[in-house]
Amino acid sequence: MGSGDLRLSLVVLAPALGALLSYVIGRRSPKLSGVIASGAVLVSFLCSVLLWQQVGATGSFTATLSSWISFGDVSLPLQLYFDKLSAVMCLVVTGVGFLIHLYSIGYMAHDESVARFFSYLNLFVAAMLVLVLGKSLPVIFIGWEGVGLCSYLLIGFWFANTEYAKAGRKAFVMNRIGDVGFIVAMAVLYTQCGTLDVVELGQGSVLSKLPAGLAFLAGLSLFVAATGKSAQIPLFTWLPDAMAGPTPVSALIHAATMVTAGIYLMGRMHGIVELDPAVPAIIMWVALVTSAIAALTALAQNDIKKVLAYSTVSQLGFMFLAVGAGQYAIALCHVVTHAFFKACLFLSAGSVIHGCHHEQDMRRMGGLAKAMPITAICYGVATLAIAGICPFAGYYSKHAILGAISGTTNPLLVAAAPFIGYAATAIAVCTAFYMARSFIMTFLGGYRGEGHPHEAPLVMTAPVGVLALLSVIGGFLLVHPITSFVTGPLPATAGEHGSEGFVSLLIGSLPGLFGIALAAYLFLVAPREKELLRRIFSPVEKLCGGKFYVDEILQVLVVTPCRKISGIAFRAVDQRIVEGSGSALGSVTQAVGELTCRITTGQVTTYVLLMFIAAAAFFSVFSQVR
Amino acid sequence: MGSVVTYVGLSLVLFAIGAVGVCIRRNAIVVFMCIEMMLNAVNLAFVAFSKLQGNLDGQVAVFFVMVIAAAESAIGLAIIIALFRNLVSVETTDAAQLKW
Repeated sequence: MGSGDLRLSLVVLAPALGALLSYVIGRRSPKLSGVIASGAVLVSFLCSVLLWQQVGATGSFTATLSSWISFGDVSLPLQLYFDKLSAVMCLVVTGVGFLIHLYSIGYMAHDESVARFFSYLNLFVAAMLVLVLGKSLPVIFIGWEGVGLCSYLLIGFWFANTEYAKAGRKAFVMNRIGDVGFIVAMAVLYTQCGTLDVVELGQGSVLSKLPAGLAFLAGLSLFVAATGKSAQIPLFTWLPDAMAGPTPVSALIHAATMVTAGIYLMGRMHGIVELDPAVPAIIMWVALVTSAIAALTALAQNDIKKVLAYSTVSQLGFMFLAVGAGQYAIALCHVVTHAFFKACLFLSAGSVIHGCHHEQDMRRMGGLAKAMPITAICYGVATLAIAGICPFAGYYSKHAILGAISGTTNPLLVAAAPFIGYAATAIAVCTAFYMARSFIMTFLGGYRGEGHPHEAPLVMTAPVGVLALLSVIGGFLLVHPITSFVTGPLPATAGEHGSEGFVSLLIGSLPGLFGIALAAYLFLVAPREKELLRRIFSPVEKLCGGKFYVDEILQVLVVTPCRKISGIAFRAVDQRIVEGSGSALGSVTQAVGELTCRITTGQVTTYVLLMFIAAAAFFSVFSQVR
Repeated sequence: MGSVVTYVGLSLVLFAIGAVGVCIRRNAIVVFMCIEMMLNAVNLAFVAFSKLQGNLDGQVAVFFVMVIAAAESAIGLAIIIALFRNLVSVETTDAAQLKW
């Protein structure tokens, strides 16, 4: 307790208050809205930094906001819990969040509902912080639902466009499916372990109360929840559609923070996830397939944001590979580095879209490096980072993930580990290829669009520059410190890979270099070979361009049956039984009324007679009772 | 004590006559008289039981019944007069407008 209390509460309350103020004040003076919102997140960031500096010594901070549910011997306070794991997440959410807020001031300057935008954005940050700071699963669930709500509101921010509104709805519904997993997990854990406190749920004595079958159910349910939020198979198709939202939203919610909530949950609940070795095995395979499908799909996308969206899905798959291998700290490292370079990519893409007058199709871009050199450099740096080229951020976390896969000790995975490792390396090549392709199509060659693209203002380029800098040095400086820092809340990282020679660094970068070189060769040097390859692989391209028809498969397997069942239920249950019983009750009452009203003849003698009979009946019964 | 049985028996007979009269007679004035007869039958029973019990409770109740009967006759006659003014008849069967 102690002084940690107030600062910890302030971490969450500042953006929550900011959400209110940025709207109320922003309605009158839209210019202030972004400043207030950014300031609120900055306060939150500074508080997180203060707490982070002390958490190493004290271990954790707890703050009680209020009591929430309290009856009988059940009590559930609204408590925040700040340990080393939430420290890392908090710093990423508020730090990257602050940069994106700054950027949004420029990006959204000409939008008419800018106050609403910043209000939602701040609300999102508050909800995300509740998610990472919640001390018990229900409190985490408040944040979990809160970020889902804000995601829905922000994807459908330009709701006048029906397609955008639909994308928001799709994200919302798919996330709800995942939430069922969360609720099931909470139900199982509460009935078996008697507590939902994350600290207690990490203790072996509490976890040993879980019977084997239910341990599997709890772990799998948590993973289902994570697939919804973190866009894994089969619930990933909402994420590419979520690109309908404004680009800063894509950067903040759908790249850097919200979609990593699933990885955070896995890390937080790693004790439960690991109870049954089948759960990490399932996670590993799902992650691999998701990552592969998303990477292949990204190859054939022409919308710059769609490329980044599929890349995000693919990278989230990479994080889950580390989770499946039991290396949560490494997954967290990739969350951090990915937040840097993917936010940088998205914001650069936003600058491009902004500069090209809302053009998102890369086929109508090209040669933009001349018009917007800063953005081009930032995008290029982040591309090298995500491709996993040596000194850049992505290299360290990706390399660690590949190491984690080969080092897995899960009995169900040991045999398949080499295959998964090769597949992941192939995906890394793929990632480098499509990112290089997007860079070449956007920034090199000649301009294929109309109008005059222009560089973004300083308020936009500065945050992008900071993120680009972090993409360069983030991995080098942070990956090893983070893995040792979070040991405690997370299991220790197996295998040390701190001392690496120049050669191994080069070898580690090879997949990325190969992918980039291939893209450069095909798109810059030998377009004819590219066309040839394209013709050979045209069925594959069709499959990739069609997004592996996952949407269509889901449509046939899930949506249509659901609609049919709903239709049947509507006609049979709702119309017949529910409505029928209602109207039956009405008509019976009416019939009885019609029958009994015949008694009222208007003849006094009838009434008197009835009265006598009734009195006689009453008194005879009454006297017998006595 | 046989006399009490006689009084109560008379009371019963009077009440029954009154009740039947209320049910079957159509002239409102006769119905009214029948009601008075029922009240007095009850009074008789009260007095008889008072004698049997050896206290005055029943006789006190009779006074209440008498007061109620006086009030009731004032209202009842007023109703009958109002009925005649409206329908030019005191037959209860004619006053049958209030029905479904």
